[in-house]
Amino acid sequence: MLDVLFFILAGFAIACAVSCVYHKNPLYSAISLIGVLLSLACIYLTLAAPFIAIVQILVYAGAIMVLVVFVIMLLNLDEDKPLTRLRYLYPIGGVLGAVLLAQTLFVFYAVTKTPHQASEQGNVIGQTMSIGTAMYTEYLLPVEIVGILLLMAIVGAMIMSRRMREPNLELVEGSKEDGE
Amino acid sequence: MEPGLGSYLALSGILFSIGAVGVIYKRNAIGMFMCIELMLNSVNLSFVAFSRHYGDVTGQLFVFVVMSVAAAEAAVGLGIIITFFRNRMSVDVDDASILKN
Repeated sequence: MLDVLFFILAGFAIACAVSCVYHKNPLYSAISLIGVLLSLACIYLTLAAPFIAIVQILVYAGAIMVLVVFVIMLLNLDEDKPLTRLRYLYPIGGVLGAVLLAQTLFVFYAVTKTPHQASEQGNVIGQTMSIGTAMYTEYLLPVEIVGILLLMAIVGAMIMSRRMREPNLELVEGSKEDGE
Repeated sequence: MEPGLGSYLALSGILFSIGAVGVIYKRNAIGMFMCIELMLNSVNLSFVAFSRHYGDVTGQLFVFVVMSVAAAEAAVGLGIIITFFRNRMSVDVDDASILKN
């Protein structure tokens, strides 16, 4: 039962990912990416990780993709122009992607073949309480660092998207004279 | 019956490769940004699969950290894209050549 569900969701995710790469119009790509994110959230649910699934929907499909769609709307983008030069680079990119896929699958195959102890701790792992306990006891420092990173990102985004003006030198000199 | 660890890792690898090829193919900065998000998501999937397999909560905490970094990246990256569009009236990465000469 669960594996049938997994293969349906995996097929949907791969189809949406290919569509995200294939479409020239960025809005279609964004909607396809939302499909990938939602199917990944369902796969997290089948992996008994409900917290991650909900955060995936809230943060990725909610916040980040809304921001992306908003920027696409704001910039009023056209479709990509067809590539006129370096057309031969397309097959080279495809070959590079195939090599990367083969490498990744080989590494994962090697990982699954190594001897390990698969522990079955039941459904405790992935519940919000166990994640919260680990987050605020054992991994407190990374959580604090993530908080500082988000603060820096907010300040950086505000500075970056502000319209840069020429510095108003007269005002600075005037205030200096007033001070003296 | 539950699919094994290998299925999740295979899906993760396939999504990562599709995202990498997308970053190579796309010349639209927003398209490249979305393909990078796709790659981050595939890594998150392998983290959660390993976390489930080994019964360890650390993988899911890493997913949390990766999501926070992705949110920060979205804020700063889209700010850069807007600034670039304001200066060049385009988001084509081929137009970002001001440092070339």
